Formats: sequence, C-alpha cells, structure tokens
Amino acid sequence: MSWIENRFEEGLVVTSLDWVLNWSRLNSLWPLTFGLACCAIEMMATGMSRFDLDRFGMGAFRPTPRQADLMIVAGTVTYKMASRVRRLYNQMADPKYVIAMGACTVGGGPYFKHGYHVVKGIDLVVPVDVYVPGCPPRPESLLEGLMRLQDKIRGRTIARRPGPADIA
Amino acid sequence: MTPEEVASLIGSAFPDAVVDAPMNTLHPAVGVVPDRWREVALFLRDDPRLRFNLLRCLSGVDRIAEGRIELVYDLMSLRPAGDGRPWSCGAVAAVRIGVPRDGGSLPSVADVWPAAEWHEREVYDLLGVSFDGHPDLRRILCPDDWVGHPLRKDYVFPVEYHGIPGSTEFGQRSPRH
Repeated sequence: MSWIENRFEEGLVVTSLDWVLNWSRLNSLWPLTFGLACCAIEMMATGMSRFDLDRFGMGAFRPTPRQADLMIVAGTVTYKMASRVRRLYNQMADPKYVIAMGACTVGGGPYFKHGYHVVKGIDLVVPVDVYVPGCPPRPESLLEGLMRLQDKIRGRTIARRPGPADIA
Repeated sequence: MTPEEVASLIGSAFPDAVVDAPMNTLHPAVGVVPDRWREVALFLRDDPRLRFNLLRCLSGVDRIAEGRIELVYDLMSLRPAGDGRPWSCGAVAAVRIGVPRDGGSLPSVADVWPAAEWHEREVYDLLGVSFDGHPDLRRILCPDDWVGHPLRKDYVFPVEYHGIPGSTEFGQRSPRH
C-alpha cells in the first residue's frame, strides 16, 4: 500500500479509509506456516479448536511467504536457520509483521550462555513487532501477543507524517 | 555376554589390537587400537559367537588433558527371538578407541554398520576427527562454512556469523565446563 501511504493530510476521508484498511488488515493476518522447535507445538495448539485462532481471522496458515502477512518465529533460531528466516522475511509482501515467540527467539533463552549455534534474539536478524516471552508461551500468551499486534496495526495511518519540511 | 568375554574373544583373535581399558565402570568398553579397528569391527559383526549387527550409538569424548579424543561405539546384537517376537536383544558391548586430538583419524566403518555414516559425520562435525574411507565426510549439523568444532573443550564462540553478532553481553567467548 505504499502508493497511497504518506500522500494525504489528516482529514475525514483519510481517517475513514484508515479505519477500513486497518480493520481489514488486523482481521485477516495470515501467518506463515513456520515452526522451528517446541514453541511450534504451542502455536499449533493455538490454531486448534480449543483456542481457535480463526476467531481473529488468523487461522489461514500460508505455506508460502508470498501470501503471508505475519511471521511467528516459533522456536530456537540457529545461525544455520537465521539466513533462511531472513530470506523468508524478505520474500513476504508489505505490510509484514514479525512476532518473536518464546525465550529462544526473544533473546537466546536457555541457549544464551552455552549455545554456540543459537542466535541471541531474532531481532538481530529481522525486525520484530511483538515479543511473546515464555518457554514455551502458553496459547493464551500467544493470543495476547497477537492482540497486541492488532492494536499496533489499529494505530497505523496512511496520512502524511510531519517531515522536516513541515517543521520548518 | 559380558564385556570381559567380548574383550577376551577380540584379544584371542587379534592379540595386538586390544588395549587395557577399565572394565569396572558404569559403561564398560573394550579398548581397541585405531589402526586395527576395521578388522575388529568386521570380526565383531561377522563372528558367529558375537554377531553385533547393530551400531546403537557413536559418541566422542574430548579428553583434553590427555590430548586425545575418545570414540565410544555402542554395539548390540539382535537375533530372531523364536517366541513370536520379531527380535530379541542378544548382547550389548562397547568399544573405546582413542585418537590424537590434532589431526586424528580413524578407519571408517560406514560400510560395516550403515548407521555409522551419519554418526561419523557428526563426530567429524563436532569434534574434528576425520574418518578414512568415509563415502561423504561433510558437516552434518553445523553449516558448511562453520569455523571450528563446537564440542571441543577449547572451542571459541564465533564473534559474528554472516553479519549476525554472536557473543553474549557478558563477553563470553568459550564454553565453561
């Protein structure tokens, strides 16, 4: 949506358009099918009927990054895997979001000190929107993280942000 | 069959291949000379009294104080049980082989026990022991361009790998044991 973003001043039309765009984006976040370790089991549980990710319109796990909006990095990221994570992130279409799920992904977790092969936080590889701590986080935690991501999307606008020219 | 009996059988067949190894431990193992390991392996697999037809595990131990790396081959003999069950466990045994830490190598037994192929790749990857005659001796866990062998006790952590910083906030660069 970069062709429309950052072009208009704030106004009634822009605000309504914002609302529609954000409403549609945050209620159809399609995650990438992407599980790396034990956190993926909790991510699967979140998608199943007991916790039911489909309530939020997020149940459509896409097998290709080109159709996905959200990457839930669920599990230990090794240096060997980090280059693949970065490539998958680069293949996703904008707007794209990343959730770091679990202690390993947030900051190395139990492998922080002795893990020669574990990336000390996925934010060293791709930009992260929401961190969900836990080892592994329960499905409620992941749902909370997803709702915080929805809040973040709800605050977006296509209106022109004040730049250096506006201040001067 | 006890480990002592396995050791005496190997010792009677190859008198110069067996070295002394402690037997009264939790994991008794027969010590074998690296150069004779291939013949001993074929003997362990094919001798009708032994028939160790399964390699259960291959482990490597870094004895840094003694300047060598020990390889422990865990063997098992599976035979038809004859009472309805498909297999029964005949006997278990272990073989312990020491190779020098620097440039140590050992004959490969990947064609004796097919399970050894990936196990030997893992030992090569993590401890840096090379296996002569292995069909495909590449790293198996670490990336191909990884530097060093991570399970060696004097291993140094990478500072960065393809642009990703590697050290921790404590500046720790090597494993503590």
